[in-house]
Amino acid sequence: MDPQSPQPAATTSSARTAEPKQPRRGSLQRGETLSGFLFVSPMLIGVFVLVLLPIIATMALSFADWNFIQGWDGIKWVGFENFRNLLDDPMFLRSVRNNLIFLLAVPVYMLISMVLAVLIDRYVYLKGYFKVAYFMPYVSNIVAVAVVWMVLFQPSYGPVNEVLRTFGFSNPPKWLADPDYALVSIMLITVWISIGFNMIIYIAGLQSIPRDLYEAADIDGANAWTKFTRVTFPMLSPTSFFLLVTGIISTFKVFDIIAVTTLGGPFGSTSLMVWYLYDQAFNNLKIGYASSVAAVLFLFVMLITAGQWAAQKKWVNY
Amino acid sequence: MPLSRKFDWRRGLITVIMLALSIVFLLPFIWMLVTSFKMENEVFDYPIRWWPKHWHAIENYKEVWAGRYPFYRYYLNSIIVAVCTTIISAGVSSLAAYGFSKVNFKASKWLFMIVLATYMVPSQAILVPQFILYRNINLFDSHLGLIIIGSFSVLGTFMLRQFFMGVSQEYIESAKLDGAGHFRIFWSIGFPLVKPAVATYAILRFIWTWNDYQNPLIFLRTDKLFTLPLAMQKFTSMSGEFYSLIMAAAVSAILPLFIIFVIGQKSVIEGIAVGGVKG
Repeated sequence: MDPQSPQPAATTSSARTAEPKQPRRGSLQRGETLSGFLFVSPMLIGVFVLVLLPIIATMALSFADWNFIQGWDGIKWVGFENFRNLLDDPMFLRSVRNNLIFLLAVPVYMLISMVLAVLIDRYVYLKGYFKVAYFMPYVSNIVAVAVVWMVLFQPSYGPVNEVLRTFGFSNPPKWLADPDYALVSIMLITVWISIGFNMIIYIAGLQSIPRDLYEAADIDGANAWTKFTRVTFPMLSPTSFFLLVTGIISTFKVFDIIAVTTLGGPFGSTSLMVWYLYDQAFNNLKIGYASSVAAVLFLFVMLITAGQWAAQKKWVNY
Repeated sequence: MPLSRKFDWRRGLITVIMLALSIVFLLPFIWMLVTSFKMENEVFDYPIRWWPKHWHAIENYKEVWAGRYPFYRYYLNSIIVAVCTTIISAGVSSLAAYGFSKVNFKASKWLFMIVLATYMVPSQAILVPQFILYRNINLFDSHLGLIIIGSFSVLGTFMLRQFFMGVSQEYIESAKLDGAGHFRIFWSIGFPLVKPAVATYAILRFIWTWNDYQNPLIFLRTDKLFTLPLAMQKFTSMSGEFYSLIMAAAVSAILPLFIIFVIGQKSVIEGIAVGGVKG
């Protein structure tokens, strides 16, 4: 709250001795409240109807057995049955596992982005070009990008495998069509897409590191590597932390690329929780069951957020 | 940085290596562009042909733009949805951002917390109730529905609030002493001061809306209403093995954003860096 806020109405109304303007303070505060609500109400109403109500509805539906076709009368309340079924559902468990594996993509693209950011910020000409080049995938239409990668990864005559064969891999993986490699392929594409965003944030972080730290290191005769490990890396820890958290949360939202390339297959190898949720709701029409997946998803995101609050104090230091 | 103006050969060398790397990074785009100019039977020639032997560009793009799935219509749809969403979202967000940062009212803090908390929610988790809601209030399968759902993203509020907080409170207070109400202050002082930030947010919102695949997938059914990403996918599954056509479609889908991005890159990159926002 800002420091210049007017006095609370209670104290002012009792102070009769002050200047004549005083009694109007209460109505002034009411005016502030009214205009405050007016300013925020369009957003609030939108958020309430489009987000908060659906959250509550999702929670409620997760205890129901229902599909779209039955109409409202078809709802059966089944308590925790959906959640019990989830624990015995191999496809759901597989999706959770895939989600956890997917987390590995986050440190990978963070590391690449950090190295690129340092190089681009400090050691090259044409900074502007590099920023734009690495940022391209982020602004590109994800459907178009996914389609391009599908063709590049085409198993028998796609460019990626042709190149691999030239380099002596006679039996290259089938990438998106291969149950063992499909998830990795999607992670690779995700890394490629995410580098730009992470790099830009790292460059911003680098620019806020005070220069005298480097000057001091120079005086001590530190080389580039020491400067990186002793100054740059620790000073970037708040940035890294921010990117780690947003990165982890974003892995729980990966949907488009799977919906375009693999549809969760082959054999569920790329089914992530949000994909499974979508599949249950809109293909199998099991609304209650899908909602229970959503509830589990909420739980994961809440745990991450709570973990973030706890870790923030311990981790991020100068 | 206080570097000497003289050419530094080590810096030059690293630049050259980094240039090579960036070209490898951009190869998928280059391949896409070149393939869109090729005859279909040349697409998978190996070693990869980085220059088409027979130019087939006009035919390919003609098929994409005027064929069975005419892209001009999807462009139009995308433009309608993206422009309307951007305008409404920028308006709603700047109002809310001003309200949350410059108007003093008790509920402000916890209302903002609620708004912020909704950002954590994966959008897929609330698709089902949104879908049911839309069916019941007749917003399903319409551009208006898409625009509404895109306009109330809380990211803009969050981002613009940061900028409004940077507006000196003294301006606001002195305007108040002159008898101006908050709407006057917002319109004649607050908004003009954060205009660059609003512009940055508008570009970002435009890009995100233009690229959005999930909402059109859920909330549109009629072919004629499809936006580009959805049309792109439809086109791909229809054209099956015609990769040169698919790539021409991909280029068509990506190009306008490249142009917008390259023109507005300074403010986009700054906005991303300052707001730390993710689409």
